[in-house]
Amino acid sequence: MKVTIDGQSIDVEPGTTILQAARKIGGESVPPAMCYYSKLKGSGGKCRCCLVEVSKGSDADPRPMPKLVASCVTGCMDGMEVNSTASERVTDARKAVTEFLLINHPLDCPVCDQAGECDLQNLSFKHGKSETRFIEEKRTFEPEDIGPNIQLHMNRCILCYRCVMVADQLTDNRVHGVVDRGDHSNISTCISKAITNEFSGNMIDVCPVGALTDKTFRFKSRVWFNKPYNAHRDCKTPGCCGKTTVWMFGNEIQRVTGRKDEYHEVEDFICNECRFDHKDVKDWVIEGPRKFEKDSVINQNNYTRKLDTVVIETETGILKGREQDRKKISMRHKPLDAQEQTAFKEGNI
Amino acid sequence: MALQTMSLSGRKKEVSNKKMTFLERLYLWTIIKGMMITIGHLFTRKVTIKYPEQVRERSKVYRGQHLLKRDEQGRENCTACGLCALSCPAEAITMTASERKPSEKHLYREEKYASVYEINMLRCIFCGLCEEACPKDAIYLTESKVLVPSQYDREDFIFGKDKLVMPLTEAMKNAQLKNAN
Repeated sequence: MKVTIDGQSIDVEPGTTILQAARKIGGESVPPAMCYYSKLKGSGGKCRCCLVEVSKGSDADPRPMPKLVASCVTGCMDGMEVNSTASERVTDARKAVTEFLLINHPLDCPVCDQAGECDLQNLSFKHGKSETRFIEEKRTFEPEDIGPNIQLHMNRCILCYRCVMVADQLTDNRVHGVVDRGDHSNISTCISKAITNEFSGNMIDVCPVGALTDKTFRFKSRVWFNKPYNAHRDCKTPGCCGKTTVWMFGNEIQRVTGRKDEYHEVEDFICNECRFDHKDVKDWVIEGPRKFEKDSVINQNNYTRKLDTVVIETETGILKGREQDRKKISMRHKPLDAQEQTAFKEGNI
Repeated sequence: MALQTMSLSGRKKEVSNKKMTFLERLYLWTIIKGMMITIGHLFTRKVTIKYPEQVRERSKVYRGQHLLKRDEQGRENCTACGLCALSCPAEAITMTASERKPSEKHLYREEKYASVYEINMLRCIFCGLCEEACPKDAIYLTESKVLVPSQYDREDFIFGKDKLVMPLTEAMKNAQLKNAN
């Protein structure tokens, strides 16, 4: 099937969504996605960030779709023509959606551990405005403890349901979910239960905002001061690939996450043992520095540059002086003692 | 035209080697001409000032010693977000963040605060980018005329929170001023 997105055509399999087709093309026309996660079945369709305009339904029915459609849940049709960034309606709609998402999102990026790798931050930077029209009080929740490894900040949640799907699809029994309705709906364990499943840590990786963060990394460092490396270890946990990104500060591993691709989706899910318990460099085989997009703030830490020791390229002995000059000038009649001899020989005068 | 006779800049002058006349050899007129310039300078405006008595006015954008501000309730504004360290072109700023305990709510404004905040004054170039980057209005370059005092040890130039955080008395004074207005 042939689909045209922003004037670029691509052949896709039947059943592909517009978002997946756009990601195959890549570049500017890929719609942003806050709730869709390609590795999680049934995700998408909630945040409305990925709205696109379908200017031609298909070859069989060339009428345009009357409303903007969510590209992550709309399947491609043969001969479909889609406007993503090319359409002003779409950019307007995305701007409005961003504003809606930010209504209840607290402005605590300076405090939040997700800052720097936050999807909502990127979205608002690209599509949002720098001011708010919302003057009412933001919705707040009582802080809830959901276990020793994961920190929940319900105030930051945008209700994308990704973490619920992780718990459904990766773990055998889900102990948390969205409770209450409407404005009051929030992520919670049923009556303060701890989330302890071996794969529950992936909730942190899939969370597009800082609602679920790593408790072992809490306030340790900002992400752009860390040096991310690809690493792996021989993990015995069934289902865990053992391939991770370790975030180092000096010789200390401060955080372990899955390897996220350009759409900030993990390549493979990892177990909690890898994520929380192995913070020793000896546990990991470090493959090399992890690369990020060109405009990512993580690149601010210029770790990819190799640091060599400085070698001053001069003639040999120029720092020491010539051999014939390096003799004792004052008090010739008193010979040098052994310590002074070596000092003179090595030029460390 | 020969290159020797051309003047690309238009300022080329032919130098002659002709013998000076008697009047010219006295140099009287040239000395008077020179003295005129010297005396003329006596009546122009002075460019120097008498320093210890007079002090030159500082520019409006003068940037002096850093200050980590407190708000009106005396709580520290800084939340250790690291944007100042990120923006610092001289890489002079380092910090360590800590989580605020419930008993410290009167000390720090946000959930997170800087337990260590250090500026290496030997590296700092007083560009003020940290002040521009700060989202919490925490760091300011003051009008303080005292720049970095001289020290013997390099370690003494690393200013910690003891030297950078605004004194509580000043914060109280600010609060009173605000209430008065």
